[in-house]
Amino acid sequence: MERTTLDLWVGAFVVAGVVALAILAFKVGNLSTYNASESYSLKASFNNIGGLKATASVRSAGVLIGRVTEIKLNPERYEAEVTMSIDKRYQFPKDTLVSILTSGLLGEQYIGLKPGADDEMLKNGDIVKQSRSALVLEDLIGQVVAGKAEGAK
Amino acid sequence: MPVVKSVRNIGHRVVEAIWRIGFASHFFALILLNSGSSFRRFRLTVKELFFTGVMSLIIILVAGLFVGIVLGLQGYEVLKSYGSESALGTLVALSLVRELGPVLAALLFAGRAGSAMTAEIGLMKASEQLAAMDMMAVSPIARVVAPRFWAGVISMPILAAIFSAMGVLGGYLVGVVYIGVDDGSFWSQMQASVDFQHDILNGVLKSFVFGVAVTVISLFEGFDAPPTAEGVSRATTRTVVQSSLIILLLDVVLTAFMFRGN
Repeated sequence: MERTTLDLWVGAFVVAGVVALAILAFKVGNLSTYNASESYSLKASFNNIGGLKATASVRSAGVLIGRVTEIKLNPERYEAEVTMSIDKRYQFPKDTLVSILTSGLLGEQYIGLKPGADDEMLKNGDIVKQSRSALVLEDLIGQVVAGKAEGAK
Repeated sequence: MPVVKSVRNIGHRVVEAIWRIGFASHFFALILLNSGSSFRRFRLTVKELFFTGVMSLIIILVAGLFVGIVLGLQGYEVLKSYGSESALGTLVALSLVRELGPVLAALLFAGRAGSAMTAEIGLMKASEQLAAMDMMAVSPIARVVAPRFWAGVISMPILAAIFSAMGVLGGYLVGVVYIGVDDGSFWSQMQASVDFQHDILNGVLKSFVFGVAVTVISLFEGFDAPPTAEGVSRATTRTVVQSSLIILLLDVVLTAFMFRGN
């Protein structure tokens, strides 16, 4: 079979497509932050998760260390159960505080880990005991309004 | 009686449409059955890849860049009033990867390559080349139609990916280079919200489905065209109109399945 310039063009076309997809995956998308290294999973319960979504980021001191993998409602206690996968390089003490935070006033919600001082570390599948729910703006406004009404009495 | 006549006319059109749908499905099944040779003799498919894919490249590159530039300008205008210019990257990337990339690339592809396929096959039929092949015991579907089908199906996702990448580049040029949105937050916010599986792979899947739809319609219209100059010209028009409508319809269905707001 002889080679023609037509083959060259088609080859270049296919390569261009693969390059475009790679750019989309790594530069535009989050494939580069997908757990390339090994990870372990932690669970936490919240009274209210606000607008947290699966694939939301998990950060400690602002550094991305993992992602939320699953969110479901515990049918017995009516609490939200959030599972997150965290980079194995980062270990956290048992008394770590998990809280749902918002980047900016109206930005995306993410999970923040604030390490405690316990000597024992959290292991794969552990449940983080201390959690702080999302700040729901409507509740906050409701409290302020209720407080105002009480003050007026 | 004009009423009876118009009712009869509607009935005739409905029956005709169902007939054509059935014929097109039969045709699609025949293509799949006869596509063995387009892989065994891959050279045939490569040649068609050149005409459908490579020749559509310029229009896709230019259109993608322009769409990205417009998205950057318009998005900035809106986001500025909320003080969240840094979300420009997210806006440009998500709208391109999820919707505009696959849909606009498919619409351009239908106009650029689909119409050419219809005209070519229609003319082959009008000049009795297909009948001649049949006489020589060469199946025109295996020799002419199937390689074009696979070329279209392969090149559509590639073109959509290139379109999206060019669009992001256009958004970057306008947003960061021209307007001066912060470079770091442009990319990092984009990466934080574009999910590889949920957004990019679903976009590729969409363009694949569009590729199948557009090529089947183009090839069928060409194959079914009356063997006259007028017939071929009408078939070409129908290809572009029907492909465009089907692309948008399929997009509604696929989007409803893929992005249900959860």
